[in-house]
Amino acid sequence: MPEGTLCNKSPIQTDETLKTLLSDTGGKQYYDEMKSLEVDIPLLWTTIQKTCKSRIRTWLKICAHCGMCADSCFLYRINDQDPKQVPAYKIQSTLGEIIRKKGKVDNAFMHMAMETAWAKCTCCNRCGLYCPHGIDMGIMFGYLRGLLYQQGFVPWELKIGAGMHRVYQAQMDVTDEDFVETFIWMAEEYEEDYPGLKVPVDKVGADIMYTVNAREVKHYPEDLAEAAILFHLAGENWTITSRGWEQTSLAMFAGDWEACKIQVESVYEAMERLKPKRMVGTECGHAHRATVVEGPYWAGRKDGLPPAESIHYVEWLAEALRTGKLKIDPKKRIKEPVTLQDSCNYVRNHGLKEITREIMSYIVEPGYFIDMSPNREHNYCCGGGGGFNGIGLYREQRNKALLTKRDQILNTGAKLVLAPCHNCWDAIRDLEEEYRIGIRWSFLKPLLIDMLEIPEHLKAQE
Amino acid sequence: MYDFLTGPGLWLSIGICLTGLCVRGVLYVKGLNWQLDRVAYTAHPKAGMKGALRSIFFWVLPFGTRSWRAQPLMTVLFFVFHIGAVGVPLFLSAHNMVLQEKLGFSFVSINQTAADIMSWGVIISAVFLTLRRMVLPEVRILTTTYDYLVLFLSAAPFLTGLICRYEIGNYSFFLIVHIILGEILLIAIPFTKLSHILLFFLSRAQLGMDFGIKRGGMKGKGLAW
Repeated sequence: MPEGTLCNKSPIQTDETLKTLLSDTGGKQYYDEMKSLEVDIPLLWTTIQKTCKSRIRTWLKICAHCGMCADSCFLYRINDQDPKQVPAYKIQSTLGEIIRKKGKVDNAFMHMAMETAWAKCTCCNRCGLYCPHGIDMGIMFGYLRGLLYQQGFVPWELKIGAGMHRVYQAQMDVTDEDFVETFIWMAEEYEEDYPGLKVPVDKVGADIMYTVNAREVKHYPEDLAEAAILFHLAGENWTITSRGWEQTSLAMFAGDWEACKIQVESVYEAMERLKPKRMVGTECGHAHRATVVEGPYWAGRKDGLPPAESIHYVEWLAEALRTGKLKIDPKKRIKEPVTLQDSCNYVRNHGLKEITREIMSYIVEPGYFIDMSPNREHNYCCGGGGGFNGIGLYREQRNKALLTKRDQILNTGAKLVLAPCHNCWDAIRDLEEEYRIGIRWSFLKPLLIDMLEIPEHLKAQE
Repeated sequence: MYDFLTGPGLWLSIGICLTGLCVRGVLYVKGLNWQLDRVAYTAHPKAGMKGALRSIFFWVLPFGTRSWRAQPLMTVLFFVFHIGAVGVPLFLSAHNMVLQEKLGFSFVSINQTAADIMSWGVIISAVFLTLRRMVLPEVRILTTTYDYLVLFLSAAPFLTGLICRYEIGNYSFFLIVHIILGEILLIAIPFTKLSHILLFFLSRAQLGMDFGIKRGGMKGKGLAW
């Protein structure tokens, strides 16, 4: 069974293999090797027989081929209504075909399936809302990604990402020490401005255990400081954990279910150890989806819930503003046209559609908030979801995919876009860089900090 | 021939249809797996039930969902076709007379005008659904011979039924053809895509439970289908 040294069926288990793969710039050798990677047909078919049960099989069989899903897919719309972008076609011609052929597919087929699974679907699950039979093709693409990953047909960046989770229990090579030190250091930077600002580490029984996205530690440490400041100003009894602090899961995008389990169990272990009342995660969509929505199932939790109540940052923020823990200075509210990006992963896929609008009602001067159309659970993907943002091989397709969001934003007339999701934030940044429409984009934390009324006893001494 | 078709033939085709559907239903439910599907089906029965019922309710309501509203022509074709396809076989007075005579029970009967309108509705919408398959690129790419066959199988008893109704040509010949086509349809139901007669409800309920239990149903107002 010919397998490459970089492109093969084995998951990355050590730092050394991780570094070797990383050093193959752009995955040149990796993709070269993929061209001769053989399909392990017996493994593929056995896996399908074990894991493809009545839900997916029924979906594939009863699909009426009515095409009503076509218009629901932003990739179909933005690619000149190419019939090959119809969700039902995409899944029938890949997963459907693999099953019909009992796994007897070749290398060229797997390349096509890989491109379809990662460059023609962001697993935004919008099509599932438009199919009369209730067929959710995003779910099936997630399943297909798992099959492709197992066979070694996975984009280079995601093989690395999944490997990071296996080696570091984080999406980047950030160690537990890096995380704790960076968080404390960032808080120290702001201690003068916010007297008493501290980052509690491994505090048992806190009201809140805060989890993050590793790239905040590596590339956007300001975000950690902002989170600390907001908890501090709200008077929260909070803590971070020195292990199990990473909420994201590139393994989920890669379809590496074993790594998904490893990752999420590290967070759940922290919950069991620190026994917080609640976990609050950062402003990230897929992190919430992975740890709060899907994670319990990877970890084998029969109630489908994490060990401690877990909420998204926007839920905590809305609550803090509602209950007056955080107070907005009315003079500092946003007084320019502003719009909001609904993240598929916690809006369509976790029902948090009104909570962000509640936040808008506190921080935006009435009359200035303009919703995109469509919005809430019917929103379109930012264009870079499901790992699409990070895959160099499909950059061109991704850039085209951004046009949907660009036009939605342009139609609102807003120049400021609030994006409480890392992936959406990235996509919106990229669309501005690519298409120059003159917008600004922001997470909620930095905006909030500038708008708050700081309680007298927490103010810095002049 | 008529006696065989309306006697043992009828028993057999209804029997195969119902037994087959029961088997499909049982296999579907047995094949659901909380961990593989990532839905805690039994852990939150109230949220699951609510999600399932909402998911079915809005979709059986004409224009009840955003998807139906977005494609009004398709929606009209869909509902006209299905209302006729379900209503006429069950509630046509001629069918009920046969049922009463042969099986000893019958359903409520609708009047002949309503039955005529519904039957014509099936034929006309079937023609347009066929044209839709041929004309729209996004539907054409998905369409296979099997799809046309299923559509033909479903519409053929209505065509022959109308021929009998208006007594065009040889009545007893077309009546036999009509009954044969109807029974073929009944037998085909559990073995083809027509099993969606049952699986539509199960699949909708499943996705409804998915959203109702896991994907936000226990937060806020529930999904606006």
